[in-house]
Amino acid sequence: MILCKPIGQRLTVLFLSLFVFSVVNVSAQDAANGKTLFTSKCAACHNVFKKMTGPALAGLEGRHKWSDHNELLAWINNPAKYMEKDAYTQGLKASFGSVMTGFPEITLKDVGDIVAYINAAEAEQKAGGDKKAGPVVEEDTSSQNALIFGIISLVLGVVALILMQVNSNLKKMSDDSEGIVRPEPVPFYKNKTYIAMASIVFFVFGGYMVAKGAIGLQRQKDYQPEQPIYYSHKVHAGINQISCLYCHGNAWESKHAAIPSVNVCMNCHKAINTYEKGPKLYKENGDEVNGTAEIAKLYQYAGFDPNNPTKWDPSKAKPIEWVKIHNLPDHVYFNHSQHIRAGNVQCQSCHGEITAMDEVKQVTDLSMGWCINCHRQTNVNFNYDSTKGNKFYSIYEKFHNDIRSGKMDSVKVKDIGGLECQKCHY
Amino acid sequence: MSQKKYWQSFGEVNDSENFQQKQQDEFREELPFEGFDDKGLIDAKAPRRDFLKYLGFSTAAATLAASCKVPVRKAIPYANKPENLIPGVAQYYATTYVQDGDVVPVVAKVRDGRPIKIEGNNLCSFTGGGTSARVQASVLDLYDMHRLRFPIQKSGTGKDAKYSEVPTFEQFDKTVGEAIKAAGGTTVLLTSTLTSPSTKEIIAAYPGLKLVQVDAVSYSGMLLANEASGFGRKIPSYKFGAAKVIVSLEADVLGTWLSPVEFAKGYSVGRKIDEKNPSMSKHYQFESFLSLTGASADERFTHRPSEAGAVALDLLNAISGTGAITCKAIEAGIQKAAADLKANTGAALVVSGSNDKNVQVIVNAINNAIGAYGTTIDWNQPVNYRQGIDSDFAQLIADMEAGTVGTLLIHGANPVYNSYDAARFTAALAKVKVKVSFSERMDETTELCDFILPSPHYLESWGDAEPKAGVVSFLQPTIHPLFKTRPFQTSLLKWAGNNTDYDVYFKNYWVTKLGSEEAFNKVLQDGILDSAVPAAAGAGTYSGAAVAEATTAVSAAKKSTGVEVVLYQKTSIGTGTGATNPWLQELPDGITKATWDNYALISMSMAKELLGLNLINGTEKESNNYEYYPEKPVIKITVGKNTVELPVLVIPGMNDKTIAIAVGYGRGENLGATAAGVGKNVYPFTSYNGSTVSYAAEATVADAGRKEKIAQTQIHNSYEDRIEVVRETTLATLKKYPTVIPDYRNHLAEDFGKSKDGKSTDFRKEGTLYPMHDQPGIKWGMNIDMNACYGCGSCVVACHAENNVPVVGKSEVLRYHDMHWLRIDRYFVSDEKNPDQLKGVVFQPMMCQHCDNAPCENVCPVAATNHSAEGINQMTYNRCIGTRYCANNCPFKVRRFNWADYTGADSFANNQDQQLVGKLDPAVFQMNDDLTRMVLNPDVTVRSRGVIEKCSFCFQRLQAAKLEAKKADRPLQDGDAKVACQTACPANAIEFGNVHDHASAISLVRKDNANRGFYVLEQLHVLPNVSYLAKVRNTEEVIEHGAHHEPAPAEKHEGGTETKKAEEAHH
Repeated sequence: MILCKPIGQRLTVLFLSLFVFSVVNVSAQDAANGKTLFTSKCAACHNVFKKMTGPALAGLEGRHKWSDHNELLAWINNPAKYMEKDAYTQGLKASFGSVMTGFPEITLKDVGDIVAYINAAEAEQKAGGDKKAGPVVEEDTSSQNALIFGIISLVLGVVALILMQVNSNLKKMSDDSEGIVRPEPVPFYKNKTYIAMASIVFFVFGGYMVAKGAIGLQRQKDYQPEQPIYYSHKVHAGINQISCLYCHGNAWESKHAAIPSVNVCMNCHKAINTYEKGPKLYKENGDEVNGTAEIAKLYQYAGFDPNNPTKWDPSKAKPIEWVKIHNLPDHVYFNHSQHIRAGNVQCQSCHGEITAMDEVKQVTDLSMGWCINCHRQTNVNFNYDSTKGNKFYSIYEKFHNDIRSGKMDSVKVKDIGGLECQKCHY
Repeated sequence: MSQKKYWQSFGEVNDSENFQQKQQDEFREELPFEGFDDKGLIDAKAPRRDFLKYLGFSTAAATLAASCKVPVRKAIPYANKPENLIPGVAQYYATTYVQDGDVVPVVAKVRDGRPIKIEGNNLCSFTGGGTSARVQASVLDLYDMHRLRFPIQKSGTGKDAKYSEVPTFEQFDKTVGEAIKAAGGTTVLLTSTLTSPSTKEIIAAYPGLKLVQVDAVSYSGMLLANEASGFGRKIPSYKFGAAKVIVSLEADVLGTWLSPVEFAKGYSVGRKIDEKNPSMSKHYQFESFLSLTGASADERFTHRPSEAGAVALDLLNAISGTGAITCKAIEAGIQKAAADLKANTGAALVVSGSNDKNVQVIVNAINNAIGAYGTTIDWNQPVNYRQGIDSDFAQLIADMEAGTVGTLLIHGANPVYNSYDAARFTAALAKVKVKVSFSERMDETTELCDFILPSPHYLESWGDAEPKAGVVSFLQPTIHPLFKTRPFQTSLLKWAGNNTDYDVYFKNYWVTKLGSEEAFNKVLQDGILDSAVPAAAGAGTYSGAAVAEATTAVSAAKKSTGVEVVLYQKTSIGTGTGATNPWLQELPDGITKATWDNYALISMSMAKELLGLNLINGTEKESNNYEYYPEKPVIKITVGKNTVELPVLVIPGMNDKTIAIAVGYGRGENLGATAAGVGKNVYPFTSYNGSTVSYAAEATVADAGRKEKIAQTQIHNSYEDRIEVVRETTLATLKKYPTVIPDYRNHLAEDFGKSKDGKSTDFRKEGTLYPMHDQPGIKWGMNIDMNACYGCGSCVVACHAENNVPVVGKSEVLRYHDMHWLRIDRYFVSDEKNPDQLKGVVFQPMMCQHCDNAPCENVCPVAATNHSAEGINQMTYNRCIGTRYCANNCPFKVRRFNWADYTGADSFANNQDQQLVGKLDPAVFQMNDDLTRMVLNPDVTVRSRGVIEKCSFCFQRLQAAKLEAKKADRPLQDGDAKVACQTACPANAIEFGNVHDHASAISLVRKDNANRGFYVLEQLHVLPNVSYLAKVRNTEEVIEHGAHHEPAPAEKHEGGTETKKAEEAHH
């Protein structure tokens, strides 16, 4: 149950984006590939619409000789060499204060793809400028349903009680009229049957709630502490589409995802001093947040003076004391790289739609049941189609035979020991 | 044919009633209810009402604790993350373990800036990646809370001494510099053996500095003898791997002699057996007590310590065929050894542990006669492990007494504790005007120094070591210095007027020597420079000129008739440097299995004579009283004017008149809670004969009439007479009856493996009611070659470090609460009738066997222990409720219960000092100090009170190896996953891997050793995943089958299909 929703949401996103691309992508260039390249290589310094460390790239082909992709390629592959005899790029250096990093591995097709992506993004903004960006998120209806059902049950219960009272009164009246003498009826709150039933209900319900509460102790679903700096994942990972791994690159290598150090923030924020063009930011209580002031807080930690950037000494920076949101007990071993690299799990599967969150909140309870459920349902990257799978699993002969003979259709994490205690507790 | 018997304690060998009874209780703890006399529950000290009070309180407390607000946790990233550091991923740096003269190239595992584990450096050709217990434990020394933390100046003497901090190094340098100038006289640097070439250069450049090296246990006799034999004052490299016959005269080659890691490596080459053509090296040991090396010998002969020279001379005479044998009692052994040595000329080796120059000269003559030079002894590559000359030190004391020494700088040496005449040295030290100590700890000598400059631990230091000619091993820091320490070389440089720091000096020295910075970085990365062996130029040739004089001296030596004391080192404590380390103190000694103490080893006959303790044919009561209770009789040993009282341990295979005592105990109070008050110092029993120090002496002994407790681990666990747990045979038997072990398995298959229709004899499947576990992918397995296990204990300490195994302290070991996941069981092999007739000793590393049909799994009421799809018996601590049913049902007794909060991991603070469970020792609290806890492995849960724990096959390492393979998109390769005990072993006794991979080392070793391979207690059908290779002694004795205690006599030899089936069942 828990997994169904995010999967549904992601499918919606997928369909929506497919639709957008099918409309926009008229050229032979592959804008999707361009997007990947852009986010992995360019996004650290460039944005389509905004000046960052480097210039905004919208309208790129209209500037200089960049309509000729060969020129562009020469520049990207080796900026220093290109700049030697090119006045325009020399001018760029003067205005931005640094030379672009070279990407010798970029090919002509890659350049085309990236340009196609930039154009597509531009066209999309023009076409849907007024429309609210981002996918339509389905309303969460299950809790509403529960509420409605609860109210209906309560109303029906009260009606039943009234009817029973009415019934007994009517009976008494008819008995009276017929002259049958009956004892005074016991009011319902003194009726032992009612009391017994009520107390059984109370103990069952109360016991259930106590047990549930006890199991949930120290679980922190919906935990959303205030952080020392109002850092919006929505602005960074959502609107500006910075790859999660740009900041949390540790997750690729290590068990810890790790919070980026101040110098990683400053890679971009040396150039981005203000928060202007993005949507207005609000705290949970509705107070508006001044984005520029929050960036200034970062400068406090980094010891950086935006008016005098060349004087900055990174070694004087102080670490930021973030409040840890996702906590696992000490007896649980969890490894990020195992999940995102070997298991191909998306960050959002556990952390929710992080790209839509301003202040981060824990969306799952991180309980053992929740972990186990995913291990029951998730397919292992087995190479039964002999091409895409992880070769590590080639030794599981029995499963490969079973798949070939049709006995199994897929191998889940639980089949290779994913439900065993010691996989996480050792 | 006498019956052979394997036994662990005298109680067992005598099979007494009390011992039988004792076996019935697994956990022999009394329930902690006090005052339940006959008064009944109500009148007891803790009556029902109190019980209800406790119950109510604990419920309320638990509710309160649980309902408390969840604390806000902070996540603080780096301000600037170091480029090459990934939090949560370990890095490995090559460095070198250097302790006094010992050098072992190692690799330090550094996790988030903290070194947490030491591995051997595989690039080192002579250690082959092996380590010792002390190397493994050295990482804990780094985090010792009793290390010195800042430079100190002492004022006052004796009890009024005040130690005050010197705020800066500059001030320290200035004060000391002025003091040295004012003192005048000569400046002497007193160190333990220095192996660092760059340090030697610094010392040479220090104007007027005189270097005196002194070793706690000296090899002076050997150095002088080699000089007299024409090789110069050096010690050669010994090649035990090339020797087919090894004769050791009192040398503890595999335990503590010179370079045991290197020698164990070489020795095990000759001990591994190829089944197709069984052969192995032959090891004779002549010694006075049962040493670790003697325990592994094929033939052992005991003599008095004072006869050591005579035995060497007899051996020489027997080889040359001249002269008479004087040691009549062991004449047969000497003749046999001599004949074997002669028959294997060119592949034979004789070593001696004696520190007597004359004895060593004779040993050199023997080695010359048997062609050892150039074959098993390599003079082209002399070693630098020990360089101290006893007469130099004697001269220093004389100089100090004469007042000519103005300044004494001390580094690594601790003569106030370990010299032969500490009182004289202390008095002489008082006459020295300026005394400076460079030490990590406030040891006995440092206490008396005026200036104390703390040295960094080797894991915090730059440096180099030259263990043998042509081999250089580098040290590099793996952590920023924890305290205000400075290498003593920097001080020497500064005081000599050179204002360079040692790290810079060291780098310049080697960049110049190696030619370039690239070459320097390469060596730094590899850790070791194993350049080609230098030309034979300085090797020297043998000269027998000194033999005649030595013969005369040895022949004239006084023959003692009374009791003699011989001193030895333990693999754990060594000369005393290991005493501050809780892991080493808790490591059971290989032979005695005793922890946290030294004691007097005495023979069974001495026990009878001195204490009236008849352990052979005495009454049951005698052996029970001795064996059952940890209180051992104390004896009073007097050598000269020094008297020490120590409890005794009776050991078979001792020379009747010899008492053996370990050095290294009885350390000073200032060294911390671990070392202080443990054992007695017996260095005062050593003596100086004008040329060398002697480690044996005549003594008088008396019964002190009282008892002291010794915490032994061996007697806790018993197999209830199931002797199939250990398999031992002789080479001759193996040749004559090669299939004894597989035959036993076939009989089991025949008797219990028949299916209902009688067609199948698959013991694995048919021998149980339970369903089989599927292992679709990997199946982990381990194999231990008992022929290559010498009981040194490095695996035990490695397991401590890797798996956060707690230290429990002496009081808890006494209550049988030791927590070792891996223990080395020691079995004596002897005639049934005479336990003193020791035929051999078997060491069996024993840990969780990860049974495929595990008896522990089906008795757990909460399924906290169960079987994994990879064949591992899993233990889930957070699920365990502490019933201990599993431990009770384990036939191998490898499960350990956390009786108290040893780790401080409980959610209730201060849960360690409950009166009910008894107070814990200070060492346990030391292990829980915030500084010491830095050594914990963050990938392994720290267990709290009330849960069972046991060997996990280093599950964290297996998971990491699998993840690496998955990330690299490749199948798991053999050798990706190595367990801690395996990598620590200097003898490669342990093999580990995936048994489903038929090309893996573990599969091959099981296939190639089918005749020696066995599983413990196979008849129980628990189907272990750990296999063993039987111990083989190289003797001509043929053990007939009856002597094997087989339940089913293996008379019939039926090979063929059934053999195969039963074998497959176990793979």
